[in-house]
Amino acid sequence: MKKVLKNPGVQTFVASIICIILGLLIGYIVLLLINPEGAAESILNVIKNFFTWSKPKTQLKQFGNTLAKTMPLLMCSLSILFAYKVGLFNIGVAGQYVAGSCACLYAALAWGWGWLPCMLFAIVAGAVLGAVVGLLKSYCNVNEVISGIMLNWISLYTANTILSKVKEVASPYTMYLDDINPSALLPNVGLDAVFSKNKYVTIAIPLALLIAIAISIILNKTRLGYELKATGSNKNAAKYSGMKENRNIVLTLVIAGGLAGLGASMLYQTGYMRWECTQSSVPSMGFNGIAAAFLGGLNPIGAIFSSFFIQHITDGGQYVNTNFYSSQISDLISSVIIYLCGFVLFIKLSMTKMISRSEDRQIQRQRAAAAGSGKDGDK
Amino acid sequence: MEQYAIEMLHITKRFPGIIANDDITLQLKKGEIHALLGENGAGKSTLMSVLFGLYQPEEGTIKKDGVEVKINNPNDANDLGIGMVHQHFKLVECFTVLDNIILGVEPNKMGFLQKQEAREKVLALSEKYGLRVDPDAKIEDITVGMQQRTEILKMLYRDNEILIFDEPTAVLTPQEIAELMQIMKNLAAEGKSILFISHKLAEIMEVADRCSVLRKGKYIGTVNTKDTTMERLSAMMVGRNVNFHVDKTPAKPGEVVLSVENMTVASKVHKNNAVKNVSLKVRAGEIVCLAGIDGNGQSEFVYGLSGLEPLVSGKITLRGKDITKASIRERSILGISHIPEDRHKHGLVLDYTLEDNLILQTYFGPEFTSKAGFLRRKNIRDYANRLIEQYDVRSGQGAITVSRAMSGGNQQKAIIAREIDKAPELLIAVQPTRGLDVGAIEYIHKQLIAQRDAGKAVLLVSLELDEVMDVPDRILVMYEGELVGELDPKKTTQEELGLYMAGAKRDEVKA
Repeated sequence: MKKVLKNPGVQTFVASIICIILGLLIGYIVLLLINPEGAAESILNVIKNFFTWSKPKTQLKQFGNTLAKTMPLLMCSLSILFAYKVGLFNIGVAGQYVAGSCACLYAALAWGWGWLPCMLFAIVAGAVLGAVVGLLKSYCNVNEVISGIMLNWISLYTANTILSKVKEVASPYTMYLDDINPSALLPNVGLDAVFSKNKYVTIAIPLALLIAIAISIILNKTRLGYELKATGSNKNAAKYSGMKENRNIVLTLVIAGGLAGLGASMLYQTGYMRWECTQSSVPSMGFNGIAAAFLGGLNPIGAIFSSFFIQHITDGGQYVNTNFYSSQISDLISSVIIYLCGFVLFIKLSMTKMISRSEDRQIQRQRAAAAGSGKDGDK
Repeated sequence: MEQYAIEMLHITKRFPGIIANDDITLQLKKGEIHALLGENGAGKSTLMSVLFGLYQPEEGTIKKDGVEVKINNPNDANDLGIGMVHQHFKLVECFTVLDNIILGVEPNKMGFLQKQEAREKVLALSEKYGLRVDPDAKIEDITVGMQQRTEILKMLYRDNEILIFDEPTAVLTPQEIAELMQIMKNLAAEGKSILFISHKLAEIMEVADRCSVLRKGKYIGTVNTKDTTMERLSAMMVGRNVNFHVDKTPAKPGEVVLSVENMTVASKVHKNNAVKNVSLKVRAGEIVCLAGIDGNGQSEFVYGLSGLEPLVSGKITLRGKDITKASIRERSILGISHIPEDRHKHGLVLDYTLEDNLILQTYFGPEFTSKAGFLRRKNIRDYANRLIEQYDVRSGQGAITVSRAMSGGNQQKAIIAREIDKAPELLIAVQPTRGLDVGAIEYIHKQLIAQRDAGKAVLLVSLELDEVMDVPDRILVMYEGELVGELDPKKTTQEELGLYMAGAKRDEVKA
């Protein structure tokens, strides 16, 4: 048992599960405090998400919606974890995501580009923003967290300004892609049929899964991954061995930014959502990516599952019974759970400590027994 | 009955998988200088941490003046009058000497500092024990010796009765060492009890009254220094007779491998240049040692040589090829191997496995990376296993051990294996034996000499006087960024070397 628990993979998994349970528990307590009457039902609905619907067909369709939104989240969490492996905390992921949204929507609505050029443009936009952070970090020694947060705001208001040119006259939202330029919508490649004709289920899903696998391979099997991880783990040793550590930092943030930009394209180019040009905070997708990255144990494959879970909970929030709670409660509950998801590393650390302490005690006990019994030896 | 200032009786401290202290007894008499001798990993640091309340022992008791005491944290130790000068000083660089001394026990009236009072006390103490310091000088501007005296005054200011010196001579010149020895004797004469941790036998023989020896966590014994010899102490310490002298044949220098002309390197710490106009040559088949006290530009010289720092001016040639502008990677490929000063900072990626660290300089070559950019894991494993075998690198799980989990000596062996195995023209070894035990030091010296005998050029940078005297064929002394002397180790003495290192003597040195 202890041996199994010492395996880092198992530890991460167990820690993630503990976090999820704790998060749900605290969410439940919050609901209980606000109004005990509907608490049990509401928290169950959060967990059930699309299963709340009775018809299997509707369930499948709703499941498709959750999946469609999982993929951008997965991209954001890959962005975070990729940078994190190189020792960088890419909190600018939110801004890079915004840049990607702005780029693909504007290209689609104003210039009438097809889906692939729009998607590539979104990647470039995110990558450029990442490069800014990387250049500031490696050549001006500006902490990536500071410049990332600044750029989040800059890109938000820039996006609002630019996208106002392609918004509907009567509302703060950008125009419908379906009406203006359907060619910019991501192809469904037959997946919509699988999910009860859910048109938001697109090529983004297989693409995102492939990218997660690719990131895993890059990090673990390639020279590039070896270099990047060495730079992240010990910048001085990387420099000493002749790696271009500054180039590596910029490259990492370019890749991370590109992933975030791609994530934005995967959401907005399904037509599921439109940009609201009056929004005054960056979309939560980027920040949720942080939680997803940690909950997935900073492993690209783990991130697939953690992203799905977090999106599942976030969507489940809308099934909280509004007779008992105000409608914002859904955000509160899911954010409590997401917040707890960030505690994976902490829980892992406590687990390691607990194990070594109990081992320590065991050794002492063995010794005491050996000393006491004398002849029996300490077998 | 004998009066003991502090007694540590039958102390046992275990960590998972290892017994760091196994039934150790240490009795410090009032007014004596008591040496604690042992190799790295013998349990000295653990024992001192127990005394300071950083660790709680599983068994054993501590007595102060014959009364049993419980030390739960460093504050308890301080209250009992136990003070320590750490090997790496704990001083605030941008504060003055006086500010550092009163740090934490600042005399104040309603929150306002009363420095005058403190100054008088410090001056009185400094007078009494011959501890020359300038109370108003900033730590960053004064010599290492004066910094150490500040540390000692810090203990005295707190009225500590039991003073622990952790390897205090490692950073000092021979002259400063002599001064420190005198200070320690004065302190003991005034009734202070001193615990002197060291593995330098000559100093122990000179200054200590008694010496307790630890080996691999076990207590070996306590002897009066006047009844023993250095040979006997060293046998107690390592459990066998050690060959102090390095065996080697005379050097047969060949062609010039490395030629440095008028190298100047800027300093990161202060404004002026750390290396000033240094020229030197290293030939194939010789070991040249760059000697000097820590912080006189040796590190920066090596940074300039390896490409870690750009040169302000000067020229470097390797085998006739100008490499002044070459990148670190280019220099490495051209045949410079570099055993870095700080193995944790530069030498290893501690979170990487041993095998991944062994390819740190060569991972990009076709042997380890395929054309598509994938690592060839099988080749890496085979290569690592060969080096582990050949250089006797020991670790818990072989090639896949995380480097952080390896002992310092084996980490260093891994670096040496990596750097030597890439068959360099020039091997730069910076303090390659720092912090290692006698056995590992012997091994590393043999490797350096083997490289020399194989016709390589070796540049050794060392702070250890014994190493400077024994290993190289030529000694160049660096003082304040300049070469101030070239000595023949067979003809010079430690005293003469010390004069050069302290800047008291200098010659014109031509490359």
